[in-house]
Amino acid sequence: MSVAGLAVPVRVWGQRFAFLGLLAIAFALMLLSKAETDALERARTAIVDATVPVLDVMSRPVEAGRAAAQSVESFFIVRAENERLREENARLLRWMLMARQLEVENATLRAQLDFVPEAAPRAITARVVADTGGAFFHSLLINAGAQQFVRRGQAVVSHGALVGRVAEVGERSARVLLLTDLNSRIPAIVESTGDRVIVTGNNTPWPSLTYLASSSPVSAGDRVLTSGHGGVFPPGLVIGVVAEASEARVTIQPAVPLARVSEARILDYGVNGILPAPEDMPARSAAPVAAPAPAAAAEPGR
Amino acid sequence: MSGASIGSVLDYSRRVVPAFTTILLILLAQLPLPIPFFPDVAPALPLMAVYYWVVFRPDLMPRLLVFAVGLFQDALIGAPFGLTALIYLLVHAFVLNQRRFLVGKPFWIFWSGFAIVTPVAALLTWTLASVLRAAAMPTDVVLVGMVLTVVCFPVVAWALLHCQRWLVGSAQPS
Repeated sequence: MSVAGLAVPVRVWGQRFAFLGLLAIAFALMLLSKAETDALERARTAIVDATVPVLDVMSRPVEAGRAAAQSVESFFIVRAENERLREENARLLRWMLMARQLEVENATLRAQLDFVPEAAPRAITARVVADTGGAFFHSLLINAGAQQFVRRGQAVVSHGALVGRVAEVGERSARVLLLTDLNSRIPAIVESTGDRVIVTGNNTPWPSLTYLASSSPVSAGDRVLTSGHGGVFPPGLVIGVVAEASEARVTIQPAVPLARVSEARILDYGVNGILPAPEDMPARSAAPVAAPAPAAAAEPGR
Repeated sequence: MSGASIGSVLDYSRRVVPAFTTILLILLAQLPLPIPFFPDVAPALPLMAVYYWVVFRPDLMPRLLVFAVGLFQDALIGAPFGLTALIYLLVHAFVLNQRRFLVGKPFWIFWSGFAIVTPVAALLTWTLASVLRAAAMPTDVVLVGMVLTVVCFPVVAWALLHCQRWLVGSAQPS
């Protein structure tokens, strides 16, 4: 056989080997990723870090569209909205009076007890630049990272309710694992019954409550809050309300519509104790939160 | 700069259009649209680009590029590295093999080809994700996503066709 005659089969075999080689690399990478290999995780954060500025720019029109849609919507419901806000204002004014009285009373009692107050959490507000994942992985990318003192494990809230936790941190980006993701486990408490449960993500929009006693009188509509056990999440953050309570399973509806989260607040309660001192924090990106536990303080009447 | 070098720069930028459009579609697919449940059922935009370019310009969508693009998507979506890369490699191999039945045929045949590729890719992704995460992934949203992917294909294919006409051209080596 001539050299020219050999060239074609050699090329075909070469291509086949290249294909099988890449398949093998893909499988090897999957197994290494599964084992959470350090180098791969670093590569991932580097890629995400490099991409987030682009996503940041690309997501601005989406945000503008969202804002435009909201202003059109509010134009049409302005009357009803005004009515609702008046009512709410009247209700909140009553609460404010009561809160002032309680504040004074609390201060007096604390002074009598020499109570050491809990430190108010610092919060970093970041934009959600990508809603990644899809059916198999539920996470968000935000445009704040280690440079803005975002740390792994910090709780992420939006509109006062829990969204998830920080799972990966790059220099200027971070990945938020949503509470609906399969890997999400949040120690929680059912407000009405006091049952301690774990809110377990199951990749559906409705996470389930696990480790709930079968005799527990939990019913649909009960609020579920973080319990603070395990030291990862601060206690008292709203997670959601019980959506379905049957013999077979108890699921909750997250309090924030996760698809509509456009801004995320990363709460730093210093639970992991490895954070820099407050004076090292940049003033711009770390404004203290007014209320020590915003979720617990909200709507005490319910 | 001489005319020849400007020409070669232009030629080079033409050649990266398939890679660029695929990456652009990956990024577009991640935008946080305020539609409830949309991320779960979002159409697989990058798959459309891979399919399109492998059929029309396989020389500009080589195996290594498909693999790299898959790895990039994995990094972004938080999937184990290699998952999407593997799916795209298999799609690339399959489409390249069946290419002669798709090139120069009416659009509906091209579309039908995609309607065969999508469920296979979705089933493979579902299986791999279920194995890697050690739990059965939801099936309903995957089905809806698959249908949406096939339904949305003509729109993306139309856009890519215009990209090809204006920027790339249809000259292809055998």
